[in-house]
Amino acid sequence: MSGVEGFMYPNEVGLQWSVLIVLYPFITGLVAGAFILASLERVFRVEAVKPTYRLALLTALAFLLVAPLPLQLHLGHPERSPEMYFTPHSTSAMAMFGYVYLWYLMAVLVLEIWLDYRRDIVLLAQSSKGLLRIVYRVMTLGSKNISERSLAIDERAGWIVTLVGIPSAFLLHGYVGFIFGSVKANPWWSSPMMPVVFIFSAMVSGIAGVMLLYMAITKLRKLMIDIRCVDTIAMYLFYIFIIDFSLEMLDLVHRIYEADESFRSLNFMVHTQLYIPHIVIQICLGTLTPIILLGITQVVKLPQIARLRIYSVAGCLTLIGIFAMRWNVVIGGQLFSKSFLGYTTYKMGLVTREGLLVAIALTLLPLLFLWALVKLLPPWPDESAHATAAPN
Amino acid sequence: MNISRRQIMILLPAAAVAWKYVLAGTPEESPNYKMSDHWWSMLIDIPKCIGCGNCVRACQTENDVPDKNFRTWVERYHISDWQMANPLGGMTNPMTDPQVISPDGGKEGFPVATDESGKYFFVPKLCNHCADSPCTQVCPVGATFISPDGVVLVDQTYCLGCAYCVQACPYGCRYIHPVKKVADKCTLCYHRITKGLTTACCEACPTGARQLADLKNPKDPIHEFLKTHSVQVLKPQMATGAKVFYNDLDGAVR
Repeated sequence: MSGVEGFMYPNEVGLQWSVLIVLYPFITGLVAGAFILASLERVFRVEAVKPTYRLALLTALAFLLVAPLPLQLHLGHPERSPEMYFTPHSTSAMAMFGYVYLWYLMAVLVLEIWLDYRRDIVLLAQSSKGLLRIVYRVMTLGSKNISERSLAIDERAGWIVTLVGIPSAFLLHGYVGFIFGSVKANPWWSSPMMPVVFIFSAMVSGIAGVMLLYMAITKLRKLMIDIRCVDTIAMYLFYIFIIDFSLEMLDLVHRIYEADESFRSLNFMVHTQLYIPHIVIQICLGTLTPIILLGITQVVKLPQIARLRIYSVAGCLTLIGIFAMRWNVVIGGQLFSKSFLGYTTYKMGLVTREGLLVAIALTLLPLLFLWALVKLLPPWPDESAHATAAPN
Repeated sequence: MNISRRQIMILLPAAAVAWKYVLAGTPEESPNYKMSDHWWSMLIDIPKCIGCGNCVRACQTENDVPDKNFRTWVERYHISDWQMANPLGGMTNPMTDPQVISPDGGKEGFPVATDESGKYFFVPKLCNHCADSPCTQVCPVGATFISPDGVVLVDQTYCLGCAYCVQACPYGCRYIHPVKKVADKCTLCYHRITKGLTTACCEACPTGARQLADLKNPKDPIHEFLKTHSVQVLKPQMATGAKVFYNDLDGAVR
């Protein structure tokens, strides 16, 4: 059989989970990470990152809206997916998905965004015209009171929602890690470290993602980048990245030193098929390089423009590295036989339902959603008043 | 046609034996089947397996198994002799490095073994119908379940086709049906065993290497067999409560 080396159980030759399942933890990771960044300002009072607060929330929402799509497209019977809500299986980690997702979407993100934007929505509903006016009026949910007192209540409620949101973000992505980490049949996945590593890598990707988006959008708007803001974000990115990397290395060292029955098989895989995505892209290019780059900005006093360039490069590499990490977990975990005697190959389709084009479309879709959200709910406080004057 | 009395004396017993087999292949009605009276398992006697692939073919015919997927398959293990691995004196470990093949699931038998060293043996595989099955644990909607008589089944009208169960099975026994897009696996010929028949694979095995067993039936010969033989399950470290018992299982098998 083509693409098989050694012995695979006959049913193992084709991979069950495709690139779409790689996208799923990548996207939810960005959601969780973006939210944690937003909470830095809201709960931990890190004032420097305030310019990214609303953008981070909208980014989280845009990506969260897309998160279930790769799963739906992957299912053999997508029309049966509501059964996960109606008849969840109590012992299944996956059965929790619908509830965790809905909780995070409605009880955390949408609620927090609504509370934060309520004053703006009311003002926009008054100043806009036509269809947009109806949209904003619906979005006010009938609450037009923007007195000092009611805004103070909004502020307080928003703070509580964020406080609840932090463990929820951990739950959302830690749970994704648990889905993999709890599969005892698969030694590449089975590890109690998995949820923790997923949470920290989520923070890393989300923070890097919002930092890049903030810099790119500010450039596009031809405004000055708030350097104090990006410096602070980069600092948090650096330290969280170190924790993430340490955890991943701890897992790796533990595996190498313990060298259990699966080790020879996994070791072979990391030195052959997974060498480029794991060692080269994930560890060297996507983790060590950005850590070193960010580390330089922490210890050497560089001019502003140099710092911004380093942040851009480090941010992009980080996203590539985290994507590679998801790839190596999901795809890597299916390349070896559970007999530990052979390996298969992943052949990605191009225009198939789970192929490359769909994956690219699903990666770009959140950016489209974000564009629409930014148009609808401008995250820039100084412009929100006259933003609706623009026709689009 | 003239048939002598002497010929009839020979033919009649042969016809009687043939008729018995015809009857055995005809499903009987068994309205009195009570699930709680049974706890199904299978016994695989490795020294008896000749790797003919009859079981695989019978299963594919009986259960309409798609090509390239298998509800049961046969592996051939070759455990070679211990050899020098390097000039420094280290040796190979054939126990951890067996050569295993299963061409087309062993459906058409196996190529002639050319290496005379070491030992060869066949290992038929199928769903282990685990009592603590990881596949039923992970199903998000409970479409796969353990029946009260101990068989792991899939409700294919309910399965989402998420393939989480396929990932969770340590033995590679599940697959997503390429046409139905749902999880598929060995049902232990549930449609047959509930009618008092044995499974298609057991029925087709020419050497009796595969035997359906009912652990709740005190008269089932499995009890005597388990008492008198050294029997093992696959990957016991997985603690799945596997119910396919292998007689004379080599430690190299995984």
